[in-house]
Amino acid sequence: MSSASPGSRILQLDDYEPLLGATEVAELRSLASRLKGRTVQMVNSTSVGGGVAEILNRLVPILGELGLAVRWDVVTGGDDFFEITKAFHNALHGGPYTKPPESFAIFLAYTEQNLARLSMDAEFTVIHDPQPAGLIKARRNGSGHWIWRCHIDLSRPNPTVWGFLEPFVTRHDGAIFSSPEFSRQLPIAQYLFYPCIDPLSEKNLELDSEFVEATLERFHIDSKRPILTQVSRFDHLKDPVGVVRAYQSVKRYTDCQLVLAGGGAKDDPEGGAVLEEVRRVAAGDPDIHILNLPPWSALEINALQRGSTIIIQKSLREGFGLTVTEGLWKKKPVVASAVGGIPRQVIHKHTGMLAHSVEGTAYQIRFLLSNPLIAQRLGELGHEHVRENFLITSNVKRYLTLFLRLLGHC
Amino acid sequence: MRTADQPFQFVTASYLTKISNCKASNLDELAAGLEACSDASVFYHTFQSLSRHHFLTEGYSNDFAQWVMASCNGHELAEKLTSLDIREYLSLGDLRNDLRRVIREYCQAHPHGALQPSYEPFYFLESMELTVPLGWEARSLEEFRACLERLSNASFHFHFIASRLRLHLRTNDFSLWFQTGLGLEELAQRTNRIDIYTNTLVNAREILRSFIDEELSR
Repeated sequence: MSSASPGSRILQLDDYEPLLGATEVAELRSLASRLKGRTVQMVNSTSVGGGVAEILNRLVPILGELGLAVRWDVVTGGDDFFEITKAFHNALHGGPYTKPPESFAIFLAYTEQNLARLSMDAEFTVIHDPQPAGLIKARRNGSGHWIWRCHIDLSRPNPTVWGFLEPFVTRHDGAIFSSPEFSRQLPIAQYLFYPCIDPLSEKNLELDSEFVEATLERFHIDSKRPILTQVSRFDHLKDPVGVVRAYQSVKRYTDCQLVLAGGGAKDDPEGGAVLEEVRRVAAGDPDIHILNLPPWSALEINALQRGSTIIIQKSLREGFGLTVTEGLWKKKPVVASAVGGIPRQVIHKHTGMLAHSVEGTAYQIRFLLSNPLIAQRLGELGHEHVRENFLITSNVKRYLTLFLRLLGHC
Repeated sequence: MRTADQPFQFVTASYLTKISNCKASNLDELAAGLEACSDASVFYHTFQSLSRHHFLTEGYSNDFAQWVMASCNGHELAEKLTSLDIREYLSLGDLRNDLRRVIREYCQAHPHGALQPSYEPFYFLESMELTVPLGWEARSLEEFRACLERLSNASFHFHFIASRLRLHLRTNDFSLWFQTGLGLEELAQRTNRIDIYTNTLVNAREILRSFIDEELSR
């Protein structure tokens, strides 16, 4: 199925050499040599599902292979704990907080349970997101180095929830954010670690053209005509209706197809409503392919992206936008909204095209369809941009550099 | 075969990016931010930006110019900022002064534009450099060429571009060693003239390798 698939064996750092070059991998080893045997503890709230677990599933083995004594722990709690932390998550994104005041006491009680269960004695402790933030209470007299890794957008947090969490956060030595836009003014050092993709994951590994072709065929997509694709949940903030409008505008000039591939509509009432609206606006156009895919469709998504002519990400609001990263990695020209972390990836007219409206999105798509050489060049440069900045190995390098920094090496 | 008394010792650099608490939402604030920000921030948005975006060889010079063009639609100012060549600077203070002067002059000439809100804010970030000796050294040009073959982009950037700030000279580590270590004045000068704006780091390294091959075939 895939030409570069590592199969089911555990990936090793050497597997990245063909993509990065032997030198880059050797440099990771050089950096890590000063940290051999140092203890690192990563703590988050789940070992499966979600972007953080996906990153840790690669990061932890690589750090281990590099000689660090790395451990990954997961905080536990009852349904009430996770309901509260889910409410924290939404409130930190700027939403209201509707849980009762005693919810904070419940959060603290579960924190104590986890403190009793977990051994928090590593030289470097990295706490991911708000759920385990209270574990900082285990820190005695400034022992060890503690870092809070925030994967969410903290630019407009609900003051009640942030007011509760901030005293925990500021007891860390530093905080890591995914984009400067997501950070806050804090009295501790703040570092920038871009989110990253794993080029060897099912979603990103190289695929045989036969598999790509077969996937398109399976979804009744014509590989002979241009394919515009947006991969996103069916969510108003991803503006799928705007994507359909942009496609309809392009269609007046070029015979093309639109693929809207996403998920989440089955178990999310709002997603279902958005999907219905998209179908209504699509008005039965047979060249609009609306694919509500299950969560285990990584290879299919990969194939759809690789089979596309242009990748679109017309979000109204966005986190970092890893679907953009995925498109760029696949050397695809990307037309995307200038929101959230997207302009960090799509450098206008260099690694893709930015747009601010339906009309702008349509125009940039038309321009790229009419100028395939420019589109190809953007795709190639986009791939280089990801290779330099947004791969899991870059993240490994950042962590190693941070640990060395905390030890006073820079 | 010429050999140097002092070998060339290769190192590489890794950078940690810090988020400062400073941002700009128009050109006037950009100029003010440039007055207040650290040298590490000027380095990040100029010298280090060239490394992060080395594969962009058309019209991308530094983060300030890119932001002015993309977020403020300020093409004239962007061109002026693009034209500042970091190779001309031996200190970040001098580079900062020129960046600030160019922006201030533009703001004085276009007072309305100076306060026009940008589409996206400019965030001042900072680079923290960590150097790691690679444990490789060269005493001859042949040995140097062999090491150059397996040098990473980060290491090449450290020796070829960022070195100016360390040396406080209008040269780079490679040229300096060719000149003082091996007595190869012409190779030193040719190397120093390689255009880092119109070549990727990979291409620049290829050009250097071709210069070395020419020298070795003499």
